[in-house]
Amino acid sequence: MSTDNLLFAKTHEWVKVEESDGAKIATVGISAHAIEALNDLVYLELPEVGKEVTAGESFGEIESVKAVSDIYAPVTGEVIAANTALPDNLDSLHEDAYDNGWIAKIKITDDSALGDLMDLAGYEKMCAEEA
Amino acid sequence: MRNQQATQLLSELSRPGRVAVTWPACDVPEQPIEDLIPGNFLAEQAPRLPELTEGEVVRHYTNLSTKNMSVDTHYYPLGSCTMKYNPKRNERLASLPGIVDLHPYQDESTIQGMLQLLYELQGIFSEISGLPACSLQPAAGAHGELAALMVAAKYFKSIGEDRKVVLAPDSSHGTNPASAQMAGFKAVSIKSDPNGGVDMEDFHKKLTDDIAVLMITNPSTLGLFEKNIREIADAVHAKGGLVYLDGANMNAILGITRPGDFGADMMHYNPHKTFSGPHGGGGPGAGPICVTDKLEPFLPSPVVAKEGETYKLVFDRPNSIGRVRSFFGNVGVLVRAYCYILSHGPDGLREVSENAVLNANYLLSKIKHFLPVPRGERCMHEFVASAAKLKQERGITAMDIGKRLLDYGFHAPTVYFPLTVPEAIMVEPTETESKETLDAFVQTLFKITEEDAELLHDAPHSTPISRPNEVQAARSPCLRADFCDM
Amino acid sequence: MTYLYNTPDDQAAMLKSIGVETIEDLFATIPSELRLQRDLNLPPKMGELELTQHLSALAAKNASPATHACFLGGGSYDHFVPAVVDALASRGEFYTSYTPYQPEVSQGNLQAMFEYQTLICDLTGMDLSNASLYDGGSALAEAVIMALNTGKRGEKVVVLGTVHPEYRQILQTYFGHLGIEIIEVPCVEGVADLAKLEATVDASTNCVVVQSPNFFGAIEDVAAIAEIAHKNDAVVIQSFDPISLGLLKRPGDLGADIAVAEGHSLGSPMQYGGPYLGIMACNEQFVRRLPGRIVGQTEDRRGNRCWVLTLQTREQHIRREKATSNICTNQGLFALRASIYLALLGPGGLKEAATLCAQKAHYAQSKLTEAERLEPVFGNNPFFKEFVLRDTQGNVDGLLAEAREAGILGGVPLGQFFPEMDDCLLVCVTEKRTKSEIDALARTFSLIHSGGSTIHA
Repeated sequence: MSTDNLLFAKTHEWVKVEESDGAKIATVGISAHAIEALNDLVYLELPEVGKEVTAGESFGEIESVKAVSDIYAPVTGEVIAANTALPDNLDSLHEDAYDNGWIAKIKITDDSALGDLMDLAGYEKMCAEEA
Repeated sequence: MRNQQATQLLSELSRPGRVAVTWPACDVPEQPIEDLIPGNFLAEQAPRLPELTEGEVVRHYTNLSTKNMSVDTHYYPLGSCTMKYNPKRNERLASLPGIVDLHPYQDESTIQGMLQLLYELQGIFSEISGLPACSLQPAAGAHGELAALMVAAKYFKSIGEDRKVVLAPDSSHGTNPASAQMAGFKAVSIKSDPNGGVDMEDFHKKLTDDIAVLMITNPSTLGLFEKNIREIADAVHAKGGLVYLDGANMNAILGITRPGDFGADMMHYNPHKTFSGPHGGGGPGAGPICVTDKLEPFLPSPVVAKEGETYKLVFDRPNSIGRVRSFFGNVGVLVRAYCYILSHGPDGLREVSENAVLNANYLLSKIKHFLPVPRGERCMHEFVASAAKLKQERGITAMDIGKRLLDYGFHAPTVYFPLTVPEAIMVEPTETESKETLDAFVQTLFKITEEDAELLHDAPHSTPISRPNEVQAARSPCLRADFCDM
Repeated sequence: MTYLYNTPDDQAAMLKSIGVETIEDLFATIPSELRLQRDLNLPPKMGELELTQHLSALAAKNASPATHACFLGGGSYDHFVPAVVDALASRGEFYTSYTPYQPEVSQGNLQAMFEYQTLICDLTGMDLSNASLYDGGSALAEAVIMALNTGKRGEKVVVLGTVHPEYRQILQTYFGHLGIEIIEVPCVEGVADLAKLEATVDASTNCVVVQSPNFFGAIEDVAAIAEIAHKNDAVVIQSFDPISLGLLKRPGDLGADIAVAEGHSLGSPMQYGGPYLGIMACNEQFVRRLPGRIVGQTEDRRGNRCWVLTLQTREQHIRREKATSNICTNQGLFALRASIYLALLGPGGLKEAATLCAQKAHYAQSKLTEAERLEPVFGNNPFFKEFVLRDTQGNVDGLLAEAREAGILGGVPLGQFFPEMDDCLLVCVTEKRTKSEIDALARTFSLIHSGGSTIHA
């Protein structure tokens, strides 16, 4: 997947928005930068399919040897799919945080939060400033 | 000297038919057990426990014990943990019949000696803290924090105020915000200033009208006395809030200064640190709390009171938060603290703090020449050095240094805490170590900083095991013997 | 100078190295107006002999199982502790060590904790155990927190009225002010009222808390209670008596999702209530929610089997206000004692201990109720080692005072917990009580003439 069309949240999630049957579907994952920082991943808790989530609220967890981090929903909507193969292949996230590294798909019910997201350049600038 | 047996598990040593305990024959008329308890409640077979002889159990655990470092065997400069000598007399006195074997529901007339001890200890803790009321009930420091914050919540409720914010410095122990959360407050952190004190600008910014409690560790986790403590406490009080002192570092200030005198309204002690209750491989501790008079009605029940010459438990305390623990508390730990305090008297306790602070400053004066101590020239009972420069220049981390110390027979200092100092190495020598030991520690530490980086990355080399694979442990948790497929 | 090393010469050399004149200079950072300008008002220092005499004098003012036969229970029990437990647990390498933050020099403690977890799983029939919590009461509160943290159901906590009254008070203290609804289901005749429970538990119920054997000693039908709870997708938390599992079905066999216990009976003395041992075991679904310390097996760099603290990332020192609990210690020394005790007893020894308790308690119940003024309360309930008696003359305090005169701690008066039961006492009989002690208590109770005791007339 090219990262060019992705949007990023301040909390390090990436989002790809696609239209399907008139609905906006957001595919969500964690940025390669964040995966790198978390280092040795040990556990991923996926959001439940069917769950209503609100932008900015925690809807999953990723755990490394050193820390547990919340995964925040970057958009508001309903979880319609979760990547159930991922928790057993956490090491793959280090090679591929985007294509097969998606965590959940959210059917967007309120797209106002999309405006708070950054493009890749903006996100990279933020990471550089944090470092 | 290899010892195979110590690494085997009980289940691997077990052989059917071996026994270690022989019970007496039943001396009352026996009935078939099914006549006493209906069969549907009875297990079909006893739990699957290992079967061993007494000698095997003794050898197994004796050999296991030799794989530990301990205060009795090694220098243990573990910052923030106050690993001081644990007097043997306390162990014997806490095990006296009439102390160790009392039942918590004995009639008060049969436990006057115990109640006297606990009553006196309440007074002693109040005197040392300068806070007049005391509850001995909480089972550990963090439990004391929780109980005290519940006391604060109940107090605010009683005066009809809805306060939600608990402030704690970012260098504080993680139990502070965790306890605040559990007590129903919102934890907000305050920045540390470059010298390790509270950043006054950030403090005043975060000090809002709905402040409930400021939690502060003083001396701080960086081993520094908060010079602005009075100003901070006054500001919190002016907003109607309360000041909580995390008493983790009381070993520095016994008889020198008192929390109640520098503005604290509530505090907990860690008797297993300050007053030498042994750490027991990670517990038990105790977490007695002291508070001001106005907070007394809200303390957990019961407390011990004296009426005439009689000691009694007082349960009738309508404003109390209730219970945080069953029965009276961790009495065995409290008895040891009582013995320790009586062994010292007022002068002795002050000397404890004086020498703890002297030892720490002596170490600091030696170590700072090769391992920078970013926050301050002086310290109280502990200080935090940083391996950041070594890491940058030679790739040697705080972890590497700690692990290599194990090879030389020293326990590692606390590393990576507090989180506000990069590559933190937190050293607390305690007062019960000699100058020779401190000198040997300094020399060893210096030697390590000159050693080959690769050697350090692989350290320790001479311990029963090398560095364990923690990723594997967390990724595929194996938490009991027969669930492991290794 | 009781335990101090620094001689005046040492101090002088150290001060010189630091670059100050006096120790007092080291405290210069403390503003002088905050300094204590007097000595602490504490008792004067005592040497070891003096202190021993003082403590012995205090101990002599107490009655204890060393001087009095103890029939007290209610969560703290006078069980026998083999000498091996004391001998091993008093090794300094165990009790003067600390939390195993450096696994390379803590394999003794870590392996012992891993074996503790294994033994507790085998004892309870549960999948997992942590390395222990403070005591049975706070372990129960932590179990409720864990159930609430799974967060998929409502927040209603249903507690049976036969759960230890102090444990229920702890739940009120922990949760009452957080707005979490705690519903107590009153019992009938000393056991859970299943009909009432059925009517109370609904889709908004997060968990159901049951104790068996319960506070009155009776064995609850945990399987039936679990069925009611599970029908409503609620978590079942059982508080159990570890010694009873030598005879009774295990929590895991009965459908409990979380099993907690006061574990001091496993090899630790009563100590006037603590320190004790909070046992917590649970089903695998809670693996990443289990509070407190947990030890896991792994390998070192040379491929040796070894043990480490694991799953600590949810603990307070990393996660701060988002932690699963604020708990920062376990009761390592008492978990060690429990492990040694269970290793010594083995399956046969535990079964024998439990059987002795049950046999002697049932003998005592029939013997004590031979006294005219005493009658069994909830007499039809199956029980393990405790039972309730009623003094038909309503003078429990008098009875117990008379027993104390005869050298017996005769029972726990129940009026302090249940005002309507102020004519009742709870009697506990462990394997330590002999037939002659039971007979002596029965004789004392029978001899008290009607009209009440001679002491408390």
